[in-house]
Amino acid sequence: MYRIDFNKLRFLICDDNPHMRRILRTLLHSFGAREVYEAEDGATALEMYTHYVPDIVITDWSMPIFDGLELAQMIRQPESNANPYAPIIMLTAHSEKRRVTVARDAGVTEFLAKPISAKGLYQRILNVVANPRPFIKTKTYFGPDRRRNTSSTYIGPERRVGGEMEVMQQPSLLDKARSSI
Amino acid sequence: MAKEKPGAIEVKTFATHHVITQPNRLRKVLRRIPPDIDHDDPVARAEQALADLSGEFKQWMTIEADRLSAAHAVVLRHGFSHETREELFRAAHDIKGDAATFGFPSAGAAAESLCRIIEHAPDLDQVPPELITHHINAIQAIVRERTKLDTAVMAGALSRQLRGIADEFLLKVNRDRPEHLEAILAPSIAPAE
Repeated sequence: MYRIDFNKLRFLICDDNPHMRRILRTLLHSFGAREVYEAEDGATALEMYTHYVPDIVITDWSMPIFDGLELAQMIRQPESNANPYAPIIMLTAHSEKRRVTVARDAGVTEFLAKPISAKGLYQRILNVVANPRPFIKTKTYFGPDRRRNTSSTYIGPERRVGGEMEVMQQPSLLDKARSSI
Repeated sequence: MAKEKPGAIEVKTFATHHVITQPNRLRKVLRRIPPDIDHDDPVARAEQALADLSGEFKQWMTIEADRLSAAHAVVLRHGFSHETREELFRAAHDIKGDAATFGFPSAGAAAESLCRIIEHAPDLDQVPPELITHHINAIQAIVRERTKLDTAVMAGALSRQLRGIADEFLLKVNRDRPEHLEAILAPSIAPAE
């Protein structure tokens, strides 16, 4: 059985609703987290993201002016100086399946529909910590691999083509970002 | 595949895409504990912390319901514009997401029904005003009367009835808009209460 040392994780939560921020903070502190930063809109969250370099971002979707979807898109900029790979958990009252697809295409790592539960949040955090997915970069997408499973029965067109061409190592952007603060 | 160096990102380049694998930096926060000596339950601890917070939920819910009523009052005074629609939607959407956590699941269900009207009505000015007003009054009543006995059943019946009327309206006005019809008829992915 695996347990998470929450006191070694740094969280950024973004929600315009103060009551939901309080709920999230309470849950994360109860799990054992000590570093929990809060933003009430996407623009502030983006600033805090660059400044505090959180390990995990938990964001609402629906917020005025700069919403959680735009926040995810801004974080997932492959050329960004900030870490573009941090896990993003979208916590939202949107409860339609098509929203999951939209969030996934914006680079969101995990989707958690409200009402929030301690168990649901813990499982999403455990998943991003224990089972990170590789990132995919195409002309139109940069984010966690959207294919969680391989389907042997898939018969549609294959969108990813071409054999392996090259493998190269790059220094960690996260280490660079962390060393610059 | 090249051997992974500490702190290095591996990029595999294909014709149409790159696959980028980062070393799992967060793995160091995972501890493996034999089940027989694991007496810690962080989820139970968090649920208890939420229960300790629950004394404040009624007041929070009242604030949320009043915000919705205030947004509706602005709509009644000035009509629907982008701003007034957005504020009404966000207030209802917050209740949809929060109310079950705060112990008011029927208020959440009524708020969800209102969100669906705002999202899927082709023209909000053509929505019967009393349909919106009844949703807001129902949410206020559910929040106000919760402490009384026998109101939970009535609140559930009220929110179900509102949802039925709202869905009937939405199916009728969206009969020529298949993408909205599909969204209206799709099952919710929200966790069950």
